[in-house]
Amino acid sequence: MTTVTSAERALLPTDEPLALLSAAGELVADPALPMPADEVLLDLHRKMVLGRRFDAQATALTKQGRLAVYPSSRGQEACEVGAVAALEERDWLFPTYRDSVALVTRGVDPVETLTLLQGGWHLGYDPYEHRVGPQCTPLATNTLHAVGVAHAARFKGEDSVALVLLGDGATSEGDTHEALNFAGVWQAPVIFLVQNNGYAISVPMSKQNAAPSLAHKGIGYGVPSVLVDGNDPAAVYAVVRDAVRAAREGGGPTLIEARTYRIEAHTNADDANRYRDPSEVAYWLGRDPLDRIEAYLRSRGLLDDTRRDAVLAEAEAFASKVRDGMNAEVAADPADLFRHVYAEPTPALREQAAQLAEELR
Amino acid sequence: MTLSMAGALNRGLADALEADDRVLVFGEDVGPLGGVFRVTDGLTARFGEKRVFDTPLAESGIVGTAIGMAMNGLRPVVEMQFDAFAYPAFEQITSHLAKLRNRTRGKVELPVVVRIPYGGGIGGVEHHCDSSEMYYTHTPGLRVVTPGTPEDAYHLLRASIDSPDPVIFLEPKRLYWAKSEVDFAAGVPMDRAVVRRTGSDVTLIAYGPMVQVALETADAAREEGWDAEVVDLRTLSPFDDETVAASVRKTGRAVVVHEASGFCGYGAEVAARLNERCFHHLHAPILRVTGYDIPYPPPKLEEHHLPNVDRVLDAIARLQWDDEVIGVA
Repeated sequence: MTTVTSAERALLPTDEPLALLSAAGELVADPALPMPADEVLLDLHRKMVLGRRFDAQATALTKQGRLAVYPSSRGQEACEVGAVAALEERDWLFPTYRDSVALVTRGVDPVETLTLLQGGWHLGYDPYEHRVGPQCTPLATNTLHAVGVAHAARFKGEDSVALVLLGDGATSEGDTHEALNFAGVWQAPVIFLVQNNGYAISVPMSKQNAAPSLAHKGIGYGVPSVLVDGNDPAAVYAVVRDAVRAAREGGGPTLIEARTYRIEAHTNADDANRYRDPSEVAYWLGRDPLDRIEAYLRSRGLLDDTRRDAVLAEAEAFASKVRDGMNAEVAADPADLFRHVYAEPTPALREQAAQLAEELR
Repeated sequence: MTLSMAGALNRGLADALEADDRVLVFGEDVGPLGGVFRVTDGLTARFGEKRVFDTPLAESGIVGTAIGMAMNGLRPVVEMQFDAFAYPAFEQITSHLAKLRNRTRGKVELPVVVRIPYGGGIGGVEHHCDSSEMYYTHTPGLRVVTPGTPEDAYHLLRASIDSPDPVIFLEPKRLYWAKSEVDFAAGVPMDRAVVRRTGSDVTLIAYGPMVQVALETADAAREEGWDAEVVDLRTLSPFDDETVAASVRKTGRAVVVHEASGFCGYGAEVAARLNERCFHHLHAPILRVTGYDIPYPPPKLEEHHLPNVDRVLDAIARLQWDDEVIGVA
């Protein structure tokens, strides 16, 4: 039998996911992580309530035909909110298509967040305003962009870090491996957060991965890895904050696997009943991340009905803003088709723009 | 100063690194080795490993990280080592490098240059000789450049590095060692084709590796009594309709020459554009002389695949010289 060296062990995740709160919202006995401060937990709770309401609103807008498609992240709020809350303003976020809640948590305007899915343009927000990359539709390609941005930050002497979000399916893509390898070799200040929600559309983890965990994949690249309970917002926040601090101080990259679950189907166009047993969904509904932090905050006397109602009211107002924004006509200018292909339109594009303008006269 | 094309490119990279601290050069073996074709020779020693460095062997990783670096204010110049080795990076090039400006409505500019040695004629083995220009020219958002002389190589590389748009910079391998005079003060504009040799009877349209073949053909055609004009495209995308169409309107006959397979190849686009713009000036159909529609052959057979002077001369001969026979004044 081979022995694990101490250097290898330092890179390996724990056997069980790190957690601070049990499924019932009780403090885990002897947790390996420091519990975030009370005000951080209250902030996480508030942002998760807003995020879930936003997600429900977007889902409803799909049914009304206002959005072409929406991939819900209901059930994954601890990852979406916990990870983003651990970033500073100067840090970068590279989200996937499922991470709209992460975007609104980061402060991106909710209507601009949904522009892609609404079909008005491929991207609604300015990536530099909040340091948020475009939502990535091809899997795993954003991992390399995050490594490049992080490397450039270090090149320029800045101490910003990049957090890239990816799913379990994306860990099967070549770009994830190239990105982990580049990040390890360059010691780039980048955090890879895999939200393992159990399925790549319909393909379960058992057909996606043969390693003991997705976090184990870090060891081959010399990247320290963490396995965390992805439905525990306090734990996600704590491990991402640690990884951010390490990267900022020159400690290089971290790979985090957060075990979570996608309560809804892949998108509104998907039928999850074809590949998932309802009992599985019921099990995960009993591990809801919002219920968990709410139970804990109540047990500590930090949350009562008054405060909860105030947060719910804020979430309703937020949803109303989203509805109003989405009900407004999409301002789509056909001339935009030709404006941003090159820094200056080529002669051929000028001709084509004139042709379309003539047709529209 | 007389320089090989590899030497001119090396000087272009050095001058760009000198001129702008944001310029980085990276890829496989571009550091101490100086690149397999020595185009990056001496750059690490001169500019340090922070500016000129070897990466892990991973083309998607090279282009993908270059995208992130450009997003964050740098100007990466990356090398793909060989044409067919760039295919693992194809998704990063087509889905992200080419599109990010468009997706972000101009907010994200990606001044990335992807250098790709391309084409055959040097006895290379499989996967080392592809002419992959059409994959890139078909992708909106990319500029595609290929020099035919050392002087153009220097100036077009400098212009590509200065360009706010991503540039696929295709370096014709068979011309790396071809030497000629380089005027560093000359300046060569992007996006403009050039008439390399004037003539009145037929226009030979070529680029990169085929420019020399076209010029040699023009010399040989003179002995047959045909006065051939040679247009070097230099920039494949965007296409310089003006220069090319002006030449063909003058001569009334055209042959497009390239190494890549003809089917759905670049010559088809050139012929279609000329047909649309010069139909009434044409005395004969536009012909293409291209590589065959086969995977790139092994070294001992490549001479049969690649267009040469004889094949281009044959094409010129096929242009039905008697105007009265085809009824065009």
